[in-house]
Amino acid sequence: MTRYLEFSRIGKVFQADDGPFEALCDVSLTIDRGEFVTLIGHSGCGKSTLLNIVAGLEAATTGAAILEGREIFEPGPDRAVVFQHHALMPWLSCYGNVELAVRQVFRDRKTRAEMRDWILHTLRLVDMDHAADRMPHEISGGMKQRVGIARCLAMEPKVVLMDEPFGALDALTRAKLQDTVMEIQAALANTVIMITHDVDEAVLLSDRILMMTNGPSATIGDVVDVALPRPRERLELAENAVYNHYRRVVLDFLYAARRGATAGRDAAALTLAASRDDARSGQEAGAGKDTAGKRRERNGYAA
Amino acid sequence: MRALAAGPIPEKIRRVPALLARSLIPMLGIVLFLGLWAGVARTIDTSLGTFPGPAAVWSQALGLWKEHRAERARANAFYERQTKRNEQLRSEYPDAPIKWRSYTGKPTFLDQILTSLYTVACGFAFASLVAVPLGIVCGLSEKFYSAVNPIIQVFKPVSPLAWLPLVTMVVSALYTSDDPLFQKSFLNSAFTVALCCLWPTVINTTVGVAGVEQDLINVSRVLKLSPLTHVRKVVLPSAVPLIFTGLRLSLATGWMVLIAAEMLAQNPGLGKFIWDEFQNGSSDSLGRIMVAVVVIGLVGFVLDRAMLRLQRAANWDKRAVLR
Repeated sequence: MTRYLEFSRIGKVFQADDGPFEALCDVSLTIDRGEFVTLIGHSGCGKSTLLNIVAGLEAATTGAAILEGREIFEPGPDRAVVFQHHALMPWLSCYGNVELAVRQVFRDRKTRAEMRDWILHTLRLVDMDHAADRMPHEISGGMKQRVGIARCLAMEPKVVLMDEPFGALDALTRAKLQDTVMEIQAALANTVIMITHDVDEAVLLSDRILMMTNGPSATIGDVVDVALPRPRERLELAENAVYNHYRRVVLDFLYAARRGATAGRDAAALTLAASRDDARSGQEAGAGKDTAGKRRERNGYAA
Repeated sequence: MRALAAGPIPEKIRRVPALLARSLIPMLGIVLFLGLWAGVARTIDTSLGTFPGPAAVWSQALGLWKEHRAERARANAFYERQTKRNEQLRSEYPDAPIKWRSYTGKPTFLDQILTSLYTVACGFAFASLVAVPLGIVCGLSEKFYSAVNPIIQVFKPVSPLAWLPLVTMVVSALYTSDDPLFQKSFLNSAFTVALCCLWPTVINTTVGVAGVEQDLINVSRVLKLSPLTHVRKVVLPSAVPLIFTGLRLSLATGWMVLIAAEMLAQNPGLGKFIWDEFQNGSSDSLGRIMVAVVVIGLVGFVLDRAMLRLQRAANWDKRAVLR
């Protein structure tokens, strides 16, 4: 495999009012073309900073992100971002929002008619072509996020960067969108880096899970290769021992990081209830079906 | 029950009681005010007679309208005579130079209203053409803003009357033409209005432009929009609601400023009408001034409603409550 995207000893220091703050330290990794990678870690561990460095929205203090042998200096449509809060222009329709991107990226390469077809095609990919003329405030949060994904895919990016794209959505909508993302990824084989707080989401979607240590000076603590065959079925996986093993590994890491964190600095985030339950039952060596079943009920997947 | 079975009542008729109920309270307010006005006015004696009550003002308004009609009739008669005379002259001496004179009667109350409206429109338009671009630059560049801000803050609270003498002197010094396109008095009023109209638009545009959501700016950066496209497609639409808020405030300010400027500088318009009546000091004067006061208020109200309409039409956030 070639080195498609490489993090080369990335470090980031912010100049805060009370002196410098080292957010990231020595982050190194290579990502293959077509790989789906998730970044998971506690709040404030520098996940978003790392993603922004890849996007070019922030500059690394030391080291660099390198895409196809070229250092990333600035943002560009080859590294499209799906934002946590959709970031749709509220004065443009769904179509208009995708159009803004398509017109910019394909200005010299597509005719008007081709652009129109392409916009409708990407909206169809996320199942939003029926609402092309609706305004963002007229549609639900999940639909907005779909349009955000369509806008991102419409740029035909080399790398798709998703910053907690489903964080603000309810569990059912989130599950649906995860399925959509899996389908699209299977069809288009995009290279994806996604930030998440959700352990199930990470295991379900990823080829690799990068687990970040707690900041300051956060780095990649551990990497899990998710060797589950695709296509993956959410309901079948819930009972799958391998799947649950990966969940356990990630939860253990996060739980350990949480215990290790200074009291008061952290507290927030994560699928806390689940992590606590599972860690406890892990200690009792109980594991397996029982916990998974309970969790399924809780998340409302088993219908 | 039988009434309901007779068929649905049309929507328009069904809404009439609600409309009546809604307009009842404002109507009541107006009636009470008129009563209070009539009562108090009778007790105030001035050197020009008792203060005019609603009835006196109404009769003065009708009087002003009749005067306007009479003046128009005189003007028409004048032009008719002139045309006839010229035609006759031409038929007798085809080579004779024909002179065309315009009617130079006293401007009526309605003429003064139109003059004022025209002046405020020009001043406001000029101010907006300067203020919106200035606000955009201020909002985009923090450095530029911190350079300009002290000046804005100092000039913003300056009364129009303080500007007026300076504007008058500068206009008469710089605007020297034998065949002027505009009258100097018009320019004085318009510039004074513009100087006071600038600030609300500048400040609101700056706030609107500086307040574009970071996420949207990031979208623009990822798309690598050129600076001009960025302003056109992201910054301006995002700032439109606040720009229009500023414009609306500016127009309201401009209208108030204009009347004062016209009064002080004897520039044609409603302000001059009031001043002339005040100097005139007839028994009708107070009533006529009161008519002007009411008209100024009504025109201001109509201008504000028009701007509100415009603001609503331009605002992409249709859920925003504007009043």
